[in-house]
Amino acid sequence: MAVKDFIRERFFPHLWCPGCGHGIVMNNMIRAIEKLGVSKNDIVMVSGIGCSSRITGYLDFHTLHTIHGRALAFATGVKMSRPELNVIIPMGDGDALSIGGNHFIHAARRNIDITAIVMNNRIYGMTGGQYSPLSGFGINATTAPYTSIDNDFDVVKLSIAAGASFVARTTTYHVKQMADIIAQAILHKGFSVVEIMSQCPTYFGRKNKQGNAVEMINSYRINTTPKGSKAKKENPSLIERGIFIQEERAEYCKEYDKIIQRATKGNK
Amino acid sequence: MAKQKLKEHRINREWCKGCEICVEFCPKNVLAIDKQGKVVALRPEDCIICKMCEQRCPDLAIEIITE
Ligand SMILES: Cc1ncc(C[n+]2csc(CCOP(=O)(O)OP(=O)(O)O)c2C)c(N)n1
Ligand code: SF4
Repeated sequence: MAVKDFIRERFFPHLWCPGCGHGIVMNNMIRAIEKLGVSKNDIVMVSGIGCSSRITGYLDFHTLHTIHGRALAFATGVKMSRPELNVIIPMGDGDALSIGGNHFIHAARRNIDITAIVMNNRIYGMTGGQYSPLSGFGINATTAPYTSIDNDFDVVKLSIAAGASFVARTTTYHVKQMADIIAQAILHKGFSVVEIMSQCPTYFGRKNKQGNAVEMINSYRINTTPKGSKAKKENPSLIERGIFIQEERAEYCKEYDKIIQRATKGNK
Repeated sequence: MAKQKLKEHRINREWCKGCEICVEFCPKNVLAIDKQGKVVALRPEDCIICKMCEQRCPDLAIEIITE
């Protein structure tokens, strides 16, 4: 199938700003699914609210555009009732980890077989550039005109600690890796988190003098390195990319099935 | 695998927002932004069909068509 077969052309051109990384994530999400050869009918995409969450309007799967921070709760409901479907949740960093932080850690803890894609632009794009839990110390935002004094979460470490069984990170520069990791995350049987560093040139870039989309993407090339690389040992400030954990563990829907069987044994 | 041959860079001018990502990251400097702020294939003969423009376009506005 061609890329066009996966989108709702009537909503294009999309509303994202010129050079917004969210479009690159969408592009490679499509390529990942195309590569897997999964039928469009077997995919449910669930999002919350944010620029990133608009993606569910553009993609031609079964889609739910729900409420801010609660996409994982809706997705959990979908997966529990139709465990045979692939459930993918594209989320903004604010959506996933400020208002949605509680849902996030508990979905991870349950190890339910759904795929969370955190489109991390380190800011609230949709509402005008407020800082998020991923902005970090020293970052300028509408709500931090003298820079933020809040530290940021490390999505990878947080997800692993919370119990996710597949955790990876990539960027909008590394598109081949992105498509490959998204495909593996979808195939993984358990809670998968993929953090994708995605530029918001309009707010994060402008407020932090990081230049245009091209310069921001280039910074992902320069400031990241493959997991466990020699470069990381020499320069600990580099951000690692790759798959950090990929483990088979008891999955929530399967365990729930067993409970139903136990509870209904002998009840005809 | 037989070597692919380029037919055209199919550009959707309605969707292109002129962000220049494809222009900057093309390893062969094939693309450019025209006077209307849209991408054009200026030197298609230099294209090596790596499809990085296609895969990095946030607007799904460029497609490499091969023969
Ligand atoms: C309950 C609720 N609180 C607040 C908002 C306002 N709001 C809309 S989007 C958003 C944050 C968007 O940031 P992020 O999730 O990082 O996505 P981005 O727009 O950067 O892609 C907020 C706070 C809302 N829509 N609903
Ligand atoms: S505000 Fe930022 S995140 Fe939202 S569409 Fe524009 S560039 Fe993308």
